[in-house]
Amino acid sequence: MGPVMVLINSGNDIEWRRRTTKKQIGIWLGWLVGISIVLFAWSVISEKTVWFFVQDAPRQAADIGSRMIPPKWSYITKLIVPIWDTINIATLGTIIAMTIAVPVAFCAARNTTPHSSVRVVALFIIVSSRSVNSLIWALMLVFILGPGVLAGTIAIGLRSIGFCAKLLYESIEEIDESQVEAVRATGASNIQQMTYGILPQVLPTIAGVGIYRWDINIRESTILGLVGAGGIGLQLNGSINTLAWTQVSTILLVILVTVFISEWVSAKVRGAII
Amino acid sequence: MSSLSDKQERNYPTVWDKPPFISNNLLRWGIILGAIIYLIAALASMEINPQRLMEGIPRGQRFIASFFPPNFADNRGVVWDGILESIWMAIISTVAGIALSIPIGLGAARNLAPFWVYITCRSIIAGSRTFPEIILAIFAVKLFGFGPFAGFIALSLGTIGFFAKLLAEDIENSSESQAEAVKATGASWFQWINYAIQPQVMPRMIGLSVYRLDINFRESAVVGIVGGGGIGATLNTAFSRYEFDTAAAILLIIILIVMVLEYASSYLRKWVQ
Repeated sequence: MGPVMVLINSGNDIEWRRRTTKKQIGIWLGWLVGISIVLFAWSVISEKTVWFFVQDAPRQAADIGSRMIPPKWSYITKLIVPIWDTINIATLGTIIAMTIAVPVAFCAARNTTPHSSVRVVALFIIVSSRSVNSLIWALMLVFILGPGVLAGTIAIGLRSIGFCAKLLYESIEEIDESQVEAVRATGASNIQQMTYGILPQVLPTIAGVGIYRWDINIRESTILGLVGAGGIGLQLNGSINTLAWTQVSTILLVILVTVFISEWVSAKVRGAII
Repeated sequence: MSSLSDKQERNYPTVWDKPPFISNNLLRWGIILGAIIYLIAALASMEINPQRLMEGIPRGQRFIASFFPPNFADNRGVVWDGILESIWMAIISTVAGIALSIPIGLGAARNLAPFWVYITCRSIIAGSRTFPEIILAIFAVKLFGFGPFAGFIALSLGTIGFFAKLLAEDIENSSESQAEAVKATGASWFQWINYAIQPQVMPRMIGLSVYRLDINFRESAVVGIVGGGGIGATLNTAFSRYEFDTAAAILLIIILIVMVLEYASSYLRKWVQ
């Protein structure tokens, strides 16, 4: 950090300024460039927009809104199995992800990786898993495995590896080395150092990250049905396509409640662990 | 002497066991048992069809093989257009989303806002966080028609839930003594926010906005699947036309851009702090 404030001597008065003139000009230039980029981006997007539809949107919203009320409560009985599937996709997907993410994280952490070339591979696995959305994973897996819950589960698993492994390896890199050294001083092997020196330090993080990701996965698995990968998204897509708006509002409410419950459970469990 | 060592052997175990993760026996076994029952029930509902899986293996191999080599050349123009559209979409939805998030985030901080403002802002955040961007995008497409504008609306709304929540939490955790010191000088409300709160939360918020840009870019790859424009529309077309080599090229480009953004964000965060 440079000087926090600047005093400018002009004649008899001493004026307080937050920044030097040079720095201030730099900041203005930064804003100028930033605003130009945003305006340019906006012009590109607005060129591709049919403004008539946008102007019509409030009327459309009111129309769809009125068709969604009241929700069709009797439809809930048909949603029990899909929501059970959705929860299973999220839970089993998270388990798959954590099983793979833990070894990947140990390979990616600078202090535990067996070799720097292994580290590069592990980091690439993390980035590619994170960059590809679960819906795209599901789209590809439906081609391979056929539509159904299994494709969704594996998609959620593949998508979550990167997220979990990234958070884990960062926490592995931040462990207290002195504990590992103490275990090493007893003559422990590499594996023993890992299980007695490192693992106990990151175990709460592992559990916390798993729960946190499970919570996110509940949300993500509600949409996998759009591409045929099981869960409540299938019903949502069907209801939207058949313009059954009262069913849509019921489904959205069920999703809302499920997400709230999962968030509550996740917060409670994480609170208990950490 | 020998009797003492006998006693020692009886009282103290000579082998050390790791203490269990959950110390309460009943709770531990209860959780394990419950987990096993749940796993069996969940796996039973998976409907794993071994025959279908066996059929899928050669199909999967052919499918994966058809991704290689990634084809960057054939649809270069279309892919390039899609990528640029995604980037512009990510930029303006991040900017618009953050612009909307700042008042909502200020309102959702318990130490700044009166109770009714707090509750209103918190409900907006909860609503935006509950539904994935793709559901927001479905509705945006219904309302605003196909194209990047719908994607822009969906991503901006998604940004609110993320950014306003973290901003509000950061404000709630900010140091009170600094806020009080500025207030004691007779600062107005805006001066108070500008000189006491903003400097405390700014470094983290800059990092988070780049992170959100990264998320919005990644999400722009899927809002296209439901008609929200961007690279997702191109990707979806490539899948529907079975041009998997082009799809592979698109996925690689997405991964590359995300890597660059991630590097940029960690660099920026270091520079800001």
